[in-house]
Amino acid sequence: MLEIKNITKSFGDRTIINKLSLTVKDGEILSIVGPSGAGKTTLLRCITGLEQVDSGDFLVDGQPFDPYTNRSNDSVIGVVFQNFELFPHLTVLQNITLAPTMVLKQSEAAAKAEANKLLARLNLGDHGDQYPYQLSGGQQQRVAIARALAMKPNVLCYDEPTSALDPNLRQEVEKLILSLKADGMTQIVVSHDLTFAENIADEMLHVEPNQSK
Amino acid sequence: MHYISEILPSLLSGAGMTLQIFLWTLIGSLPLGLILSLGLISKIKPLQWLINFYVWLMRGTPLLLQLIFVFYGLPLIGIVFPRYEAALFAFILNYAAYFAEIFRGGLQSIDNGQYESARVLRLSYGQTIRKIVIPQVVKIVIPSVGNEVINLIKDSSLVYVIGIGDLLRAGNVATARDVTLVPLVLVAVLYLLLTAVTTFVLRRIEKRYSYWK
Repeated sequence: MLEIKNITKSFGDRTIINKLSLTVKDGEILSIVGPSGAGKTTLLRCITGLEQVDSGDFLVDGQPFDPYTNRSNDSVIGVVFQNFELFPHLTVLQNITLAPTMVLKQSEAAAKAEANKLLARLNLGDHGDQYPYQLSGGQQQRVAIARALAMKPNVLCYDEPTSALDPNLRQEVEKLILSLKADGMTQIVVSHDLTFAENIADEMLHVEPNQSK
Repeated sequence: MHYISEILPSLLSGAGMTLQIFLWTLIGSLPLGLILSLGLISKIKPLQWLINFYVWLMRGTPLLLQLIFVFYGLPLIGIVFPRYEAALFAFILNYAAYFAEIFRGGLQSIDNGQYESARVLRLSYGQTIRKIVIPQVVKIVIPSVGNEVINLIKDSSLVYVIGIGDLLRAGNVATARDVTLVPLVLVAVLYLLLTAVTTFVLRRIEKRYSYWK
């Protein structure tokens, strides 16, 4: 379970997030929705440790942690970026195994076996030796998901998972996120697409630009 | 023909000196340039200023002056380099400045998302630079580095000013002694051969990096 209590984040004198609290239960999906400029992405960047909060607490299973400084081997938060940010010079398989071998110190063989399992799970079985530019957007996104899952995160976060894709792929993404939920994955999804967010969510969090005055 | 075979040994030994200066300068200045470029993009302002000053100094004065300064000037304050070492010293410092600027451009063209993506996978700064950034930068900078490399072959002829017997000097000596154009034409042919081989090698390297986009 991920608990966030009273976090505040400002840039200069603009307060983007003001005393916000939220809870995501294990195996559930939290959708964060709101108009652009409301601070959805900033909130996600704080949760994933890309921005440092000014104040507030993060708890995972009751244990406090700081996503900004966390470097321990207990992977906590995985991220699927809006533009996926795959490493273009590495094959799909290398994209997935890089962090497990370098950070978690898994053996090459173990990481590869794990990666192949993830690829099969995400219907990317035959794409392991291809480079990201050879894949479609939907496939790239699934590689990004596999890469995040390979680090065995407690929570997987998505930033606008539908925005870089063909509109008719939206349902595919829905199905994928729900199937990961069926596997027990806890997920946080930031989206401006209300229907999509509602379809997948156990809990919804609406953020508004004005809440943070 | 007889004349050519007579002067060819001295020209080839001159070409040998040219090649030595060429290779050692590359071996010294490419890594140095890379380190300097990391300083140029670092957030430590004084370091940036210092390296910017260095680059300005090296690119802002003639290489010929730098050679003269190192070999004839520095001994006046007690720093004595032998000829060959003086030449390498000046060439490495000079070319490192150009390479630093080229690498800085390459480093800055890597999207911030790549760093963030590496960060959420919890790669360290060193791992990110080695595994993610440098391979991508190399591909970007090959054409510009190639330009400098070709320039270096010809710039190496400046060492005549401190009395080193390189290819150009060998040809010059033969022309002055025998009053004929033939040595100079041969010198030109040898330079062209060197640049042709270098161009070929550069193309091969470029091709090796074309497996991804």
